[in-house]
Amino acid sequence: MAKKVAFLQGNEAAAQGALYAGCTFFGGYPITPSTEVAEVMSAELPKIGGKFIQMEDEIAAMAAVIGASLTGAKSLTATSGPGLSLKQELIGYACIAETPVVIYNVMRGGPSTGMPTGPSQSDVMCAKWGTHGDHPAICLVPASVQEIFEETVRAFNLAEKYRTPVMVMPDEIGAHMRERIVFPEPGELEVINRTAPSVSPAEYKPYDTKFGDVPPLAAFGSDYRFHVTGLNKAEDGFPTTKATLVQAEEERQIRKVDANIDDIVTFEEYMLDDAEVAIVAFGSTSRSARFAVNEARKQGIKAGLFRIKTFWPFPDKQIAALAGKVKAFITPEMNLGMCTGEVKRCVEGKASVTGIFRVDGEPINPGQILEMIKEVK
Amino acid sequence: MSQRYEIRFSGAGGQGLILAGVIMAEAASIYDGKQAVQSQSYGPEARGGASKSEVIISDSAIDYPKATVVDALLALTQEAADKYSHDLKEGGVLLIDSDMVKNIPAGNFKTVAFPIINTAKNDVGREIVANIVALGAMVALTEVVTKEGAEKAVLARVPEAFVELNKKAFQMGYEKAIAARA
Repeated sequence: MAKKVAFLQGNEAAAQGALYAGCTFFGGYPITPSTEVAEVMSAELPKIGGKFIQMEDEIAAMAAVIGASLTGAKSLTATSGPGLSLKQELIGYACIAETPVVIYNVMRGGPSTGMPTGPSQSDVMCAKWGTHGDHPAICLVPASVQEIFEETVRAFNLAEKYRTPVMVMPDEIGAHMRERIVFPEPGELEVINRTAPSVSPAEYKPYDTKFGDVPPLAAFGSDYRFHVTGLNKAEDGFPTTKATLVQAEEERQIRKVDANIDDIVTFEEYMLDDAEVAIVAFGSTSRSARFAVNEARKQGIKAGLFRIKTFWPFPDKQIAALAGKVKAFITPEMNLGMCTGEVKRCVEGKASVTGIFRVDGEPINPGQILEMIKEVK
Repeated sequence: MSQRYEIRFSGAGGQGLILAGVIMAEAASIYDGKQAVQSQSYGPEARGGASKSEVIISDSAIDYPKATVVDALLALTQEAADKYSHDLKEGGVLLIDSDMVKNIPAGNFKTVAFPIINTAKNDVGREIVANIVALGAMVALTEVVTKEGAEKAVLARVPEAFVELNKKAFQMGYEKAIAARA
């Protein structure tokens, strides 16, 4: 049978990806340019016995998805910059309570209300450093409608596998763009569910490290009872200030991601084998970069593209390896240098790194990148 | 056609231009088997403000989803004509509503003008289908999607009760554009 094909918007694809992954709960507070996710979920979730709740604000929406997830439901919220700022306290709560949730954040201009309908890529630092304290961060930055679908599925997988919040962050262009999508058949993409407890309710501890760095998570409302708190906690879930326990708990939380970087970090290399100039880009900007690389190649310039698909954890190892091969890096992004700073950190001065920054609500066009390629080559 | 073909539908928010772009792209992508990307840019207003919807059509994969050099531009308002005609390519097509755009942008492109909104209002019977009149006209002028594909795409997007109205709007736009071009 022919596969189901549609001409879909990025946000619609995110909602479809969430449903494919088994999402049964959405809590949100509609905000441009992510509103279509809420629209689709409000129409689709009731059909499968799921729940859609429009909460009174962004903060409550984040609380709702944490609560829903603790009952065993794969849970999604969708937002944009100002909403992401409001959610930060509870994102930290989800981190420390080790609750799998997916936060779909469409990047528009900022800070504050910024430019609600304009594209931006300026939330990537907020994805890692927005909430205080040491905590793991996973942030995926898809670049096409198909990829928004697939990465939303992967976000749920990573959230469930590592018991941690995962962010999917397209820019406004990707989120509002429409293109052809081929829907994967059920079973075609991997769908991961959280590990259920293998012990009896009496023996169960929600952070029992005898099962490894990611302890099994029971569902609230089942026979298993446990305590959840934003305080540092012992294996039984109750607060502790015992130094050795807190140190071990904090380190384990970070280790969940750090020890699995190769499982989490994804990227695409294009024409990099013999490249002298490497463009490092993500989201819709990477599409401009690819266009520019093709043009440069036509003119005999050895340019290539390293496309970041997972922004956090950052592809440190890959960028560092590339630094030993190319002469120059170009980092176009719709902010004033967030990715550029990370690239410079990885390059350690072994090659030049030149940013192209735009925060005027317009995309970085291929011509701008091509000019820079000629300048630095 | 391995080259990119770039189309921009522009006017005011609320005129249905994003939908017109979506239908054009669906015609190419779903019915004509080409590659297409549709994107949009609009202000925070629900109505009014300059609004544009861009469609890129190609035989091969489309990287940059926005317009670089526009092959065909529709402008339904003076503001849109002023704001969005700067990157219209030499030898390109500019379609304007002759009632709305009085100061025709100058440039080395072919301008086609007819009263698009008035056609919807008086000839088709409902002003709301002005976007479909414009779409029919753009299909005729650009020849980048098939008429059949575009018609199918229009009908797939409209509620049952409005099929005839939209068919008529599309056909009117198609015919008037050909007459106006001559």
